[in-house]
Amino acid sequence: MKGKPLRLVDASLSFGSIVVFHNLSLAVSRGEFVAVVGPSGCGKTTLLNLFSGFLKPLSGSVECAGRLRMVYQNDSLFPWQTAAENISLGLRHLKPQAEQARQLKEMLRLIELEEFADHYPHQLSGGMRQRVELARALAGDTDILLLDEPFSSLDYLTRLRMRHELSRMLEQPPRTVVLVTHDIEEAAQLADRIIVLSERPARISCEVTVDLKRPRELTHLKVVNAVHRILADLGLEHEENLATRAM
Amino acid sequence: MNAEMTSSKVTLIQTLVLAAVVLIWWLLSLLKVFPESVFPSPVAVAKGFGEEVVNGRLGEDLVASLFRVTTGFALAVVSGIPVGLWLGHHTRARAVSLPAINFFRNLSPLAWIPFAILWFGIGDLPTIFLIFMAAFFPTVITTIAAVAGIPSVYFRVARDYGFSDKDMLTRVTLPAIAPQVITSLRVTAGLSWLVVVAAEMIAGRAGLGFAIWDARNGLRMDLLVCGMIVIGLIGVVIDRLLFQLTKIPSIRWGYER
Repeated sequence: MKGKPLRLVDASLSFGSIVVFHNLSLAVSRGEFVAVVGPSGCGKTTLLNLFSGFLKPLSGSVECAGRLRMVYQNDSLFPWQTAAENISLGLRHLKPQAEQARQLKEMLRLIELEEFADHYPHQLSGGMRQRVELARALAGDTDILLLDEPFSSLDYLTRLRMRHELSRMLEQPPRTVVLVTHDIEEAAQLADRIIVLSERPARISCEVTVDLKRPRELTHLKVVNAVHRILADLGLEHEENLATRAM
Repeated sequence: MNAEMTSSKVTLIQTLVLAAVVLIWWLLSLLKVFPESVFPSPVAVAKGFGEEVVNGRLGEDLVASLFRVTTGFALAVVSGIPVGLWLGHHTRARAVSLPAINFFRNLSPLAWIPFAILWFGIGDLPTIFLIFMAAFFPTVITTIAAVAGIPSVYFRVARDYGFSDKDMLTRVTLPAIAPQVITSLRVTAGLSWLVVVAAEMIAGRAGLGFAIWDARNGLRMDLLVCGMIVIGLIGVVIDRLLFQLTKIPSIRWGYER
């Protein structure tokens, strides 16, 4: 299929003698939310690094069409800049200045942190920092968003809240998203398609689609079923239980 | 309100402690634990202080010492930080030069006094040289460590958001290392102030260190103590001034995590 914003074709990558990917192919459609789960160390983050162009495949090709931004695992806000200054980094390319100011205001309103615009990251809670981080990545007409375990450092309830927050932020202009996570619930609650990677060298061992509008409830049957199917694929639950539970 | 009360209480107690120190000193001199000639009383020191202020010598010595410290310290900082930045970003150059830098850092700057006099004579130059030797190497080491400790994710973010090489330096590296470098400046400024006194005793013809040595030679113990007090006070003032830098909003994060 042509016109996919993100495409990996027969990509292979090794670090020394460790083969991470061998002829891996994956395409993401415009506006699609794809989550990637799998055992730790299987190359989930490496996959994002290929998409972002930070790493080049040894063979095969990577295509990326559109403005792409990445949200990193650890705190990556600049601690010497305020929330507003950090978000403005994402608006640097916009002209004129007035447009930057307008969009900054809009982003601050979207993440409901207008009153905290002049606060520095260390003065914000973990959830607030993560919202600023998402706003910085989304600011300035980002088409493709790569999320590398963005909520892994948050507590459980904040994480649940952030999932709704993210769904809400993605509502207006549809964006293409690839979310790497070890949290299977998170993947099932957010993604249109969940890709389960195998142990190294990683191949796609299973794809689960969830056809349900966001924001979704964590306990919605389709979400629960998706969680079950992923767990079953990972060998952590038994496949046959699904039928009885779904009934 | 409560915090304010406690902070004013703290100030009161601090003042009382200082007063107690002076009181003990005064008592010791009243009891003549040591003879008056080698243990001046607070009153004698206060008189000596007035004398030195009026005849202008204290002011001259103060200016001479401050000029030397400022010059030597400033030279060490403006050369030490760039060297540290460069070595911090270049792993191989750092590995090669670190043993030499560590050697000089651990060598007391006072060991250079004979050479300082032989090379630069007596006066401002040898003292400035010694202060430079005291402050340069710690500044380099701290800057290297601070640069090497910048989380690499900051540079990736900077690249993602289209920073130029110049932006990387001025908008990532420098603000990221600022808190640690300022802490180091406070330490090296204190060190420079220690060194200037010692250096002036031997290689000076003016300055607070020279004043102390001169007072000793003239058996004016009151002036000696007067010099000691001024030196201590100036040291505290220098540290307080540099401490103000840590209150800059874009730098405070480094001290509050």
